[in-house]
Amino acid sequence: MSMIDFQVIAASGEVSLFPLHLLGMFFGSLGLVFFLGAAVGLIRFPDFYTRMHAAGKGDTLSTMLMLTGFGLVTMEDFSLGSWLLFVKIMGVVLFIFIASPTVSHVLMRAASEDDEMPLTEADGKKSSNKGKKRN
Amino acid sequence: MIEYFAIVMGAALLVLMIPVFYRIWVGPTSYDRILGVNVIGTKTAVLLVVIGTLYDRVDMFVDFAIAYALLSFVTAIVVSRYLNRTISQKEMETREKKAGT
Repeated sequence: MSMIDFQVIAASGEVSLFPLHLLGMFFGSLGLVFFLGAAVGLIRFPDFYTRMHAAGKGDTLSTMLMLTGFGLVTMEDFSLGSWLLFVKIMGVVLFIFIASPTVSHVLMRAASEDDEMPLTEADGKKSSNKGKKRN
Repeated sequence: MIEYFAIVMGAALLVLMIPVFYRIWVGPTSYDRILGVNVIGTKTAVLLVVIGTLYDRVDMFVDFAIAYALLSFVTAIVVSRYLNRTISQKEMETREKKAGT
């Protein structure tokens, strides 16, 4: 649906859905920003647990925001089919809201039982000493 | 306008998946790799909804997204439980060795 269609709808006296679509686009862009944060954290963090912190939070929130945004954007009218589609997308959002923290928990538990140690202050001192020796 | 928005969102999602692929490629531990696969799987569900918006058949593609999210969730759970089980078997063997000596 293009900009002209919105003007036609607004001129014909029906309810314009343009604010709703604008809100959806705002949610989608916000989700993209959060996914950027998750991707940067996944690359730059030094440790598995910190990477999981970035990926778990950023991935969950960005997926929920993007799906909500696309649920709002794809609403063309307030008919029953349109509402059903929105409710389905919100069902995916609810599932991800439950499933993604569960996956984070299970992975963290598996890693911690595998004696995967988090970085400590001693590790930071060791690596900085190594850097000094190299210099 | 919605089509342009969907194209830009899909392209940005694909570009932002590259760092996650890097983490799957070089990940020091296997847990990093599972984490990256899980992130990619969740984002593929979003990408399916974007593709559905582009083809104007969201009602069909949302079902694919639901199925893909379920599959990704089950995969991550199963792989981490499998790793956990192999670890506990290793621990059992070391305990048996200690008890034997």
